[in-house]
Amino acid sequence: MYPLWFLLPGAAIFIVLFIVPTFASFYYAFTRWTLFDVEFIGFDNFVTFFTDPQLSKGFTNTLIFGALTAGLKVVLGLLIGVLLTSEIWARGYLRAVVFFPVLVSTVGVGITFQALLDPFDGVINQTLAVFGIDGPGWLTDPNLALYSIIGVDVWRGVGLAALIYMAGLVAIPQEYYEAAKVDGASGWHRFWNITLPLVRPATTTVVILSLIGGLREFQLIWVMTGGGPGFASDVLASVIYKQYAYGFFGLSTAGNVVLFVVVSAIILPLFWWLNRKQTEL
Amino acid sequence: MSRTVTRHVTGVVAILVSAAVFLVPFAFIVMQSFKTGPDSASLEFNWPIDFVLWQNIVSVFQTRDYMLITAFVNSTILTVLSVTIMVVLSAMIGWVLARRSSRWNPLITFFILAGLIVPPAIVPTAWVMQSLGIFNTIFGLALIEVAYGMSFCVLLFRAFVSNIPRELDEAAAIDGAGPLRLFFRIGFPLLRSVIVTAIVVQSVAVFNDFANPLYFLPGEENATVQLTLFNFQSQFQTTWNLLFTDILLITIPPLVMYIFFNRQIVAGMTSGAIKG
Repeated sequence: MYPLWFLLPGAAIFIVLFIVPTFASFYYAFTRWTLFDVEFIGFDNFVTFFTDPQLSKGFTNTLIFGALTAGLKVVLGLLIGVLLTSEIWARGYLRAVVFFPVLVSTVGVGITFQALLDPFDGVINQTLAVFGIDGPGWLTDPNLALYSIIGVDVWRGVGLAALIYMAGLVAIPQEYYEAAKVDGASGWHRFWNITLPLVRPATTTVVILSLIGGLREFQLIWVMTGGGPGFASDVLASVIYKQYAYGFFGLSTAGNVVLFVVVSAIILPLFWWLNRKQTEL
Repeated sequence: MSRTVTRHVTGVVAILVSAAVFLVPFAFIVMQSFKTGPDSASLEFNWPIDFVLWQNIVSVFQTRDYMLITAFVNSTILTVLSVTIMVVLSAMIGWVLARRSSRWNPLITFFILAGLIVPPAIVPTAWVMQSLGIFNTIFGLALIEVAYGMSFCVLLFRAFVSNIPRELDEAAAIDGAGPLRLFFRIGFPLLRSVIVTAIVVQSVAVFNDFANPLYFLPGEENATVQLTLFNFQSQFQTTWNLLFTDILLITIPPLVMYIFFNRQIVAGMTSGAIKG
């Protein structure tokens, strides 16, 4: 009744366009690869990657970007989720508004915030000026650019995190809270001892999804700063694109392999650890 | 008494903060798209001096020989083609995976998770596409979107299929339905709600995708809507009013989808996301 050949058409596309290129990348990462020929050069690409400060910057930035965006989405997503499942005014409006950014394309979001964050004319710094604060060059200051993009990414993705938390929160039986209230537990205690442990599946989902997205993020960074100023906000994904555009195919593919290793080394143990904790409960 | 006061205060604060954080950027997009070029150049959040939305829309469409129209056609073909293939094939996979226990299942699950986690290798993918003769074609890009989006869809379908009682299949089989008929006549209609979710989520994702067209569709004649945004940004000057009009125009299709399927997306996403 359920024939295995149902899997074949999908598998064919997936294998040809995803699995084969992934395996091929393990070979091409070790080559100097141009449009015309391929030359095996061993670990040279990887050495370049980790010794060239411009490229290794992308490596550390990737880790910062992934960790901060995921962390902020968990904390803010949970707070918004709790707020929007409580009996608050205008709940429908708030839910819609928080989820809205998910609909606008990343390019659209990036361009909009480029304008809002403009150091001189941007709405954000003009507003700060009203309060007598001299706003910084959010995207032009090398020490700040990456963190500004992180802020925008959280703005864009927190609606989805909140949505996942909301689903987890409404699934918690109200009896637990009532029992705790009878026992005289404060609001904080109820949150810490009931809500937090019981929304754990949602937390797992949010952490994993935002980490995968954050470590691989390219579009927002490319649109907002192109990795600049200089190389201050370059991440692995933008380095891969730049090397691809310059025609350094071997180096670009080596970047892919590094990204592959980084993502797997972080996600797989975390996945295993989070799921193990969950079954213990 | 004090509890209700706190509640009202929280409500008001939440509304004000959400307006400042989430509504201002959207109001800004709309406001800019109403302005004339010089008026928009200041990037200020003020009321437009002249309302020229219609002229802006016309000039956005005329830019580069009506490139936006070509792009809308391209994006529509791309989205419809890729989402159709993706949803039908993933539903078939999810159906069989949930119903049939086979020794292949752990391996298939492994590949599905790999599809979610592993970043695609760009240059080797372009190389494979080139040898297949589908590089730089809408069809090729559609297959790429299928390959990248399928993992998510399969997880969604598999979780959903396991909730459908098997008795229905058995009854159909006794009545003499073959596997294809069983799936398309019985399974597919039962999966309707999760199919809608998959279609909406993936359509928005493919329509809004920028990275893959950038990599695999070089050339103006193949531009998708996201790439048209770069028409209004040059190294020296940005025509902000037209840029924001363009953003507004290309946000309409996802917005319409969202308004129609609002409840469905939320329900489907959460059931799939938590179980996945």
